[in-house]
This record gives sequence, C-alpha cells and structure tokens, in this order.
Amino acid sequence: MTLRFKQNKLPGKRSIYLLKHKSVAIGSTLIVMLAFLAIFAPYLTPYDPIEVDLYNNIQSPSWEHPFGTDNLGRDVLTRVIYATRIDILASIFIVGISMIIGISIGIVSGYYGGVIDKVLVGMMDTFLALPEIILALVLVGALGPGLFNVTLALSLLGWVKYARVSRGLALSIKEKEFIEAMKAVGVNDFYLLTRHIAPNTISPLLTLAALHLGHAILSLAALGFLGLGAQPPMPEWGAMLNEGRIFLRGGWWLSIFPGLMIMITVLAFNFIGDGLRDALDPRMKEVVIK
Amino acid sequence: MLKSILKRLGIVILVLVGATALVFFMLHYIPGETPDVIARYIFIGNIEIEPSNEAVALISQYYDLDRPLVVQYFSWLGEALQGNLGMSYKTGQPVLDEIVIRLPATIKLAVVSILVSLIIGIPLGIVAAIKQNSILDYICSTGAVIGVSIPNFWLALLLIMVFSLYLDLTPVMGSGGIEHMILPSITLGTGMAAVTARLTRSSMLEVIRQDYVRTARGKGLPEITVVVRHAMKNALIPVITIIGLEMGHLLGGTVIVETIFAWPGIGKLLIDAISQRDIPVIQGCVVFITIMYVFVNLIVDLSYSIFDPRIRYER
Repeated sequence: MTLRFKQNKLPGKRSIYLLKHKSVAIGSTLIVMLAFLAIFAPYLTPYDPIEVDLYNNIQSPSWEHPFGTDNLGRDVLTRVIYATRIDILASIFIVGISMIIGISIGIVSGYYGGVIDKVLVGMMDTFLALPEIILALVLVGALGPGLFNVTLALSLLGWVKYARVSRGLALSIKEKEFIEAMKAVGVNDFYLLTRHIAPNTISPLLTLAALHLGHAILSLAALGFLGLGAQPPMPEWGAMLNEGRIFLRGGWWLSIFPGLMIMITVLAFNFIGDGLRDALDPRMKEVVIK
Repeated sequence: MLKSILKRLGIVILVLVGATALVFFMLHYIPGETPDVIARYIFIGNIEIEPSNEAVALISQYYDLDRPLVVQYFSWLGEALQGNLGMSYKTGQPVLDEIVIRLPATIKLAVVSILVSLIIGIPLGIVAAIKQNSILDYICSTGAVIGVSIPNFWLALLLIMVFSLYLDLTPVMGSGGIEHMILPSITLGTGMAAVTARLTRSSMLEVIRQDYVRTARGKGLPEITVVVRHAMKNALIPVITIIGLEMGHLLGGTVIVETIFAWPGIGKLLIDAISQRDIPVIQGCVVFITIMYVFVNLIVDLSYSIFDPRIRYER
C-alpha cells in the first residue's frame, strides 16, 4: 500500500470538480476532439496523407478538399489530421520521459541531500543556463535531423523543471512520520523512493505536465519547421508549414491550417494547465494523510 | 553588495564552464567519428560519399581530433579564455569574428522586441487589473493565453502574408532600415507581451489592495494618479523579472525568426552551422548565447535591489 498526501480538499470527486472549472472543461473538450481525430484518422478522410496526385496540385479549398491541396496534390485536411497522431504522441512521449528522468533525479537529490544534492543541483543549473530550444538544436545537430532524434532530444532536455519541483517535494516528504517509521523498520531506500516518495510527487507535477505538453508541441513543430524534425513525406504540422512556406503567395491554405492546428492544441493544453493551477493552487494546499 | 556580486559572478563562471562542456561533449561524442563527419559535410559536400582513410586521418590530425575528448575540451577552454574560439571548418575564418559581426543585429532585434512586448503588455495588464472581472479583463486574459499558445514561426508567416504580400507595407525579409525591424520584432514581442500582461495583471491586483493605495484613494486623489503614481510603480517591479525569464525564449525565438526573415544575426549563423555541421561555429554561438542569457539574468537580479530597496543582496 502506498501512503498518499491529499493535496487539497475538493468538493465531491476531484475529476468532476475539475471539469466544472471553465478553462479545464474547454481544454479537455478540445483534447478529446483532437484525440478522436488522431484515433479515427483513416475513417475520417478518403484520401491518403502521403500518396502524390500531381493532377490536383495547389488547389484552393473546395468541397472535395476543404483545406485545399499541396504542391504534390495531397489533401491538406488529410495530412493535418494524420499529423495530429504524430505531434500529440511525440509530445506525450517527451513529457513522459522528461517526468521519469526529472522525478528520479529530483527525489534522489532531495532525499539524500549532501554532496549528491549539490552535484545534481549544479547539473540542473547548468541545463537551465541554456535556452531549451538552443540545447535541442545542438543535440539535434549532433544526432542528425529526424522525428525520432528531435523527440529524443526534447525528452532528454525537458526534465529540469520536474527535477526542481520534485526535489522540493522530496525534501518535505522525507521529514514526514511515515517515512521515519518505515526507515525505522528497515525498509530499503530504493523501495521507499519508488513506492512512497515518487508517487507523492506526481499530482503536484500535473500542472507542469499539462503546460509542458503544449510547450513540447511548440518545440517539436519549431524544429520541424526548421527542417530538423519529421522529414518529408511524413505529415507533421511544423514540417508542413516549412513545405508550405514557399507557396505563401499562391497557396495561403498551406500555411494557415497546420499552424491553426498547432495553436488549437497548444491552447487546449494551456487551458488545462492554467485551470489545474487555479484549482490546485498551492496556497490552498492542505496536507492531509488519508 | 560587492561581495554578493562577486559570489554571483563565480557561480556564473562555473555554470558557463558546465554549459560549454555539456555542448562540447554533445557535439563531439554523439556523432561517433567526427573527422569522418567533417570530411563528408565540409570537404566533399555530399554525405553519401565515403571519404578515404588518409583524408580522415589528415583531418583528424589537422583539427586535433585524435586526442582524448577531455584533453580537447580543456585545450578549447584554454584558447577560449584567451579569446580564441577556433576556426570555422567551412570558411576558415576565426569563429569570434563571424560572431562579432552578427552580434549587433541580434541584440538590436532582442531589445526592440522587449520594448514592443512591454509597450503592448504593461497597459493591457493594468487595464485588465483595474477592470477586474469585466469583459475587458476577460478579453485581455483570453488574448494573453492565445498569445502564449501561438507558434512564433506561424505568426511570422501570417504577418508576412498580410503585411508584406497582401497590403505590401513591409519588406518580406532582409535587413536595413526600420521597416525591416517591424515584422520580426512584432513576431518575437507578441509571446512576451502575453506573459508580461499576465504578470502585470496579477501583480497589479495584489498592489491595488494594499493599504497605501486605499489611503491614496481616501485622500481624494484622482483615480489616474492613484493608478499611475501609487500602484503602478510598485506593481512593475516583478515585471522586470520577465525580461530575465523570457530571455531564454527570446534567444530561442531569434533563431527561428532570424531564419524566416533572413535577419543576419547569431541565430541564423547557428542554424546554418548546424546544417553544415560546422562544430566550432556551433560551439561559439552557444557560448555567446549562454553569456547573454546568464548575464541578462544577473543584471535583472541585481537591478531588483535598485528598484526595490527592501531587497538587498547582503548575504
């Protein structure tokens, strides 16, 4: 059994309470819709996202092609829908890996303290001394372009915020009686860290994770836009904008729709993140052991 | 004060050494055979062609790549401290010269973008706070969330489409007069303006409830005097931090914006160097970007104590 702190008292079931929060509700609705697009992509459109159809290139939006077609005659709506899969999955991957690395480093640093803490905090400061996108660029420059490398680079760089927050949490959790009690009965550190300290850091990190999801999509698309991310013909929003950029004058739809999708997705995650922050405001926090 | 500045400077130097080491090992370790990569990218210009063993050996010897990585790093660091960042693989020019030529353009763009963001963000934040929970507040807050969520590269494309291609008011790209600055600085300033507006609003809301503001109102001062002279002055102190916090986004943003608008700054140099695998140039750009980032944050921290006498760095 894992002991958990109750972060704050929310009336009724927490999830239902959160959905009543307006911005969380709007954000969640948008995400559900995007997830629907991603999951049912092949059933939603009759076209193929990659197959070239040169007879129909650069057509403005019409009934057959609501978002028009690109320079290779591919339906832009289809590509935008398929790209939802890639962008959202990649960003979930980035946030997941970042969280795992961040929590591991953070709780080890906070729990052990001393020299280990000093070294790990120094490492966090070093990573924070460089803008994330610059580090990502360098790492991608070293690994070479490609969707996988970009995702990997962003996964390896996103951990610092989680580490800082979970370090602080670990510092306070380790002083609690139940941890003292477990140490007294000889529970080993690994078990204590993974089963009792790590789970208690997750819920305060959710706000961070929601905002990070939006941020990850922006970085992913930015690198895609610079030609370093997903390579053609793979449909990815940033890469699509990069391909469409040459046709700004004659094909506005190539640049409008993928960007609009990025904005909607990021907006949805930011709405959820902001709402969560309001609802789980640390100033309202009341630490109660269930 | 002096002691705290010196202590901060010491930390800054440690962080700089750490950051350059991080980038150095990333660049040199991960691609495996660096001389092989250099031969393919720089000398042959075609990554498909395999370079001969002699060529690789020659390059490795010429650029001192045959020594252990740690030795390479410290010799680079030693040279860098004397102002020598090495030679560009591509052009053969000293890296420092290439960067110094481009630095003013980036600084100009960054400063103008910060100004744009403050000019847009601060008034919006103040208005939203004074008219809390009104339609105006709602519009400002929603606008701020949208401003944070909009990808800057997309905003750049939209601005080019509307102002350069459709209305024909501004040049599409390049650098030169004031007219070339407009679109890039709006692109970079928008995201920051949104963050500034949010922070100004929340800080203003806190200040406006203070006793001295109530006293000012009680004295019968006109509302505008209360807001500008009493509340705003104090509310804007935390906003200074924005400039430090957002510097990272700004420098990251310049990379993208400079590429789109063909602005001849350090960001464009970095992107070009990455696509050509010109490692000394990448390394040099990162050093300069880190220095700018770290020092702006240092200055922001220290300026705090000037603007807010309650904070002094004596510890």
